[in-house]
Amino acid sequence: MTTLRKPVVSDHRSAARAISGRLNPSSGFSVLHPFPANQNEIPKLRLRELSLSYKTNGGERLLALDRLDLQVRAGEFLCIVGPSGCGKSTLLHLIAGLHSPTSGTVLVDGKPTPGTGTDRILIFQELGLFPWLTVGQNVEFGMKMKGVPKAERREQAEHYLRLVHLAQFRDSYIHQLSGGMRQRVALARALASEPDVLLMDEPFAALDAQTRDLLHDELERIWAETGRTIIFVTHNVREAVRLGDRVVLLTFRPGHIKREFAIHLPRPRHLEHVDVAQTAREILGELRDEINKSLENEYRVQA
Amino acid sequence: MKTLGRQAIFYAIVIGLWVLIAQLRVWPPYLFPAPKDVAESLWAGFADHSFWIAIGVSMKRMFLGYAISVAIGIVLGLGVGSSRFLEETLGGLLVSLQSLPSICWLPMAVLWFGLSEKAILFVVVMGSVLSVTISMETGRKQMPKIYSMAGRNLGAHGWKLFLYVLFPASLPYVLTGLKQGWAFAWRSLIAGEMISVSLGLGQLLTMGRDLNDMSQVLAVMVLIIGIGYLVDGIVFRTMEKQMQQKWGLAPAS
Repeated sequence: MTTLRKPVVSDHRSAARAISGRLNPSSGFSVLHPFPANQNEIPKLRLRELSLSYKTNGGERLLALDRLDLQVRAGEFLCIVGPSGCGKSTLLHLIAGLHSPTSGTVLVDGKPTPGTGTDRILIFQELGLFPWLTVGQNVEFGMKMKGVPKAERREQAEHYLRLVHLAQFRDSYIHQLSGGMRQRVALARALASEPDVLLMDEPFAALDAQTRDLLHDELERIWAETGRTIIFVTHNVREAVRLGDRVVLLTFRPGHIKREFAIHLPRPRHLEHVDVAQTAREILGELRDEINKSLENEYRVQA
Repeated sequence: MKTLGRQAIFYAIVIGLWVLIAQLRVWPPYLFPAPKDVAESLWAGFADHSFWIAIGVSMKRMFLGYAISVAIGIVLGLGVGSSRFLEETLGGLLVSLQSLPSICWLPMAVLWFGLSEKAILFVVVMGSVLSVTISMETGRKQMPKIYSMAGRNLGAHGWKLFLYVLFPASLPYVLTGLKQGWAFAWRSLIAGEMISVSLGLGQLLTMGRDLNDMSQVLAVMVLIIGIGYLVDGIVFRTMEKQMQQKWGLAPAS
């Protein structure tokens, strides 16, 4: 493996082309572009020059995402952090095919994706569980759409509900569950579609700290058991370090990737662990820098 | 229970007044029959099966017509609610058509279909399809976007998205419209039966008039009210309750 030892420059795209890396032995992460280690390997998910602009109510064109490049390995747990308004959620919607980008392509296994597809399942921030269906029927929904026979559907749903420890709530309705339980139903429903890539949009933001800790453990365990590729969006850097193999930093509008951090901390990790906290602090410093830089830039443009 | 008591007292007073006025002979009995006469007419109607047959015939027309208008209304309403083009074109037309009393469709129906079952079905459908459509359209618009996004994300497209996501998701908003559609269908049916076709409750009413039999007229009216109330109180109330339980909505008092 040839690794160019060269400091990362602030321009992400030129850095990506150089496939460069700088290991920092003193902390739990390294600033580098760990992908592709082997250039022949086709990434599970690839975003190629993804841009999105839209007209605001005032009539001016707003560039939300600017030629964003990203490659995700099969089985990788990738976390995306960024200041609010940087288009994190929008990015997930584009990957899921719920919206079309202005330009650029989303590729799964090297093939462009046509709109939505059950190879990319998104867990929405608001979850979007169906209140007219039971927990079990919610989990079965994706399979029902695919035309999986009823008996098999039930069995599969049973399996995924056991995976999230909700088997005994199969016949409950959504409103009867707590926030944490609803999260787990959403996770089971997403996993039951057996997606190649699982997209999660700030799923634990509205939960209390204990529930969130618990769900971090469960998500990590389920990720290890199922081997799914996960893209997890959050504004919480420590959560990103707790969960991710790699943390990607998005800039404020127009959103593109500013930095990537590979997290080498051993698993299972814990949110309160010193290394996690330390690494998060360092990344948070970078994040603040980026926010400040973009703010300064805005002021300068306006002045 | 308290409400039930109050209602019992209220109806007792109403019937008491009725008996009193009939006893006083303010109007001759063939114009103002006593409750007893009406009850006897009801009894006789059921005893000679003419009421049963009329109810059977009317309900068959009703269910058929209502089913057709719900099916059309759901598809049309979801369509108009989902597409801006349809909303701007068809949507306006539907709203303006709603101001037309359903019985106005009868002359057209008779010219097209003759004095037949088809004519009466046509009137029932035209009477109720618009309120179902318009409530469905409103439901489609008020429904949170997240459900259709989640549905598409999980692989629901085309008719599957409509049937398994958009329709159930809009049900809380639409139930009132379905109820209203039923009430309109019921009125259109009785009106249509009175004027055009044979058999059915409406025709019994007309027959009562032709025979100068006021107690039969009142008996049939009681029947029409009773059936309407039963369907509303049992079918729609049950649907509402079930939905509220599933969705966890506070029961509407």
